[in-house]
Amino acid sequence: MELTGAEIVVRYLQDESVEFLFGYPGGAVLHIYDALYKQDKVKHILVRHEQAATHAADGYARSTGKPGVVLVTSGPGATNAVTGIATAYMDSIPMVVITGQVPTALIGNDAFQEVDAVGITRPCVKHNFLVKDVKDIAQTLRKAFYIATTGRPGPVVVDIPKDITAAKCAYQYPETVTMRSYNPTVKGHTGQIRRAVEMMLDAKRPMIYTGGGVILGNGSESLVQLTRTLGYPITNTLMGLGAYPATDRQFLGMLGMHGTYEANMAMHHADTLIAIGARFDDRVTGNVKKFCPDARIIHIDIDPSSISKNVKVDIPIVGSVDAVLKEMLRLIKDGDGKPDAGALKQWWAQIEEWRALNCLKYDTTAEVIKPQYVLEKLYEITNGNAFVTSDVGQHQMWSAQYYKFDLPRRWINSGGLGTMGFGLPAAMGVQLAHPDAQVACVTGEGSIQMCIQELATCKQYKLPIKVITLNNRYLGMVRQWQEFFYDRRYSNSYMDSLPDFVKLVEAYGHVGIQVTKPGDVEGALREAFGQKDRLVFIDFITDQKENVYPMIPAGAGLNEMILV
Amino acid sequence: MRHIISILLENESGALSRVAGLFSARGYNIESLTVAVTEEPSLSRLTLVTRGSDEIIEQITKQLNKLVDVVKLIDLTEGEHIERELMLVKVRAVNGMREEVKRLTDIFRGKIIDVTESTYTIEMTGAGDKLDAFLKTLTGSTILETVRSGVSGISRGEKGLLL
Ligand SMILES: Cc1ncc(C[n+]2csc(CCOP(=O)(O)OP(=O)(O)O)c2C)c(N)n1
Repeated sequence: MELTGAEIVVRYLQDESVEFLFGYPGGAVLHIYDALYKQDKVKHILVRHEQAATHAADGYARSTGKPGVVLVTSGPGATNAVTGIATAYMDSIPMVVITGQVPTALIGNDAFQEVDAVGITRPCVKHNFLVKDVKDIAQTLRKAFYIATTGRPGPVVVDIPKDITAAKCAYQYPETVTMRSYNPTVKGHTGQIRRAVEMMLDAKRPMIYTGGGVILGNGSESLVQLTRTLGYPITNTLMGLGAYPATDRQFLGMLGMHGTYEANMAMHHADTLIAIGARFDDRVTGNVKKFCPDARIIHIDIDPSSISKNVKVDIPIVGSVDAVLKEMLRLIKDGDGKPDAGALKQWWAQIEEWRALNCLKYDTTAEVIKPQYVLEKLYEITNGNAFVTSDVGQHQMWSAQYYKFDLPRRWINSGGLGTMGFGLPAAMGVQLAHPDAQVACVTGEGSIQMCIQELATCKQYKLPIKVITLNNRYLGMVRQWQEFFYDRRYSNSYMDSLPDFVKLVEAYGHVGIQVTKPGDVEGALREAFGQKDRLVFIDFITDQKENVYPMIPAGAGLNEMILV
Repeated sequence: MRHIISILLENESGALSRVAGLFSARGYNIESLTVAVTEEPSLSRLTLVTRGSDEIIEQITKQLNKLVDVVKLIDLTEGEHIERELMLVKVRAVNGMREEVKRLTDIFRGKIIDVTESTYTIEMTGAGDKLDAFLKTLTGSTILETVRSGVSGISRGEKGLLL
């Protein structure tokens, strides 16, 4: 039997077991929407802005490990989606975005709602396709899912002209996919792994530094085993939080620009650095010339181009993190080498001295609400079990510092692109994927306004997200930089004319609470999480001038932190 | 250092702009770029000349390899190779210069492929530096136009860029 292109798209998504399709209709995708209407296997989630469709799919992907799927129309639908595609690209999130396109005959004519979607998205996708024949739809979608989810994951765009979705052909799910030009490496080089293990065991002042790659590659369990076997200190990047339990003694906290004193000092003084699924981002290394001056570096990554990109490494291992870590564990178990207990004891003594500084302490006697306090209470009340999404700014850094993530895929934030507006739609994707879980979106009064229209989507699909707004009446992170580096000239960083958030969320049909006193923080959080089937938005009026500490100014080394 | 990178690319629309886009987005320079389909119609072969430190060239080849449309590549300059470029030059050729230009063209083993009362058009192939040298010797006469194809290259002997 022949199906239309639109029916093939929908059948394919069914066969790929896609649960949710995040989208927004328009002329170029009307055939596809019609095909969606006639089935109920793939659930379409109607967002209120295409940017939110991509972030929601992204949150779904980050919290489940499965690809997020998006459908938008041509022209403005596609351009609105670009921010979310770029966000997913920077954090290597598997996503397939189907964009409608004007009919083939009109392409290139500046037709109504035409943009070159393939051209616009090229620099921010892992790959993209323009489908020119209905016979290619199934195979192209198969390739798109394959590319998006294998190797170093990433978003893939499939642009489908409207006439192609009307044309007909036979459909069969393509069981296999082969691409001569795409063969992601999985297994690391055995010789290199052996050398790396030798170097690791020979370390006097070792440090394990891991990033988002461990989470994307489902390598947490192996990482925990390896770290415990070795007894070495470990730090995670902003993207890597949760890969190693934050409540464990061997964990030194996050590293980098707003990392802990102990993590950054241990990095700086290490003689052997074991980097796993991390990419030596500038927010992590500080000044690369001053980065880990004494360390020999082992780097495990699935993407060869991540290796020696910013920092030259001694032992590169290209492969899937989990496979490589398992091989390392096996070699350690079967071999007779052991970590140097004496050296390690001294190293830990030094680290404990750094840790004793308690760099995350803050004023707990203040009369105003301290943002750090809200996060500590959030952690307590959710028993550390919530999925926490965040936007971008100070609140993001405080979330990373004070919410102790013990499990992977619980901390969902835009680390690479730093996209304000990410938090709420991402939380929708997370809550849809985990209907019974506690999902909190920690945000600022600036960021939340970038996608606030999604409160309507939350209402429509009854998503009981808890929105934790740290309202400092400032674009806080911008204000902090202006305080430190621009002589307190607060140019356009004050958030004027804020809406009455309580009234606003009530207008959307949700529960709103404003909290102004530290004594009311805990009660409000308890009440919010008590409302199991409602979205509750808490507007915490926090200390206006609180800063994120520690901080490494751009261009400084990891040992040159501003502490308070 | 100057490097000649040879790439087998899927012969698909957009593949070339992925390569060119990568260079502009990451701030790498392209000195020349040539591309044409191979004996296997689904593949194009692209030759690209670029300059950079060893670290930059390493990143360039890794980033190129990461492009889904890139099937295979080699850095020709890492081994023995042959480099050729085609050049067409149109020069003003009047009076005494006609003889002189003809002589120089012969010395460089070029061919005069079009003649008018006042111009010669010369065809020449060779490595880039030979073509540069020829242009330098022509300074006495007026060059009206130069067209260069960009470098093509192939490795010597058994070695090669094969599927
Ligand atoms: C889309 C976008 N625009 C601008 C920025 C730059 N920026 C980074 S943090 C920040 C301030 C965020 O303010 P708010 O959401 O109130 O959070 P706070 O820092 O106060 O916690 C801005 C403007 C950004 N990251 N994303």
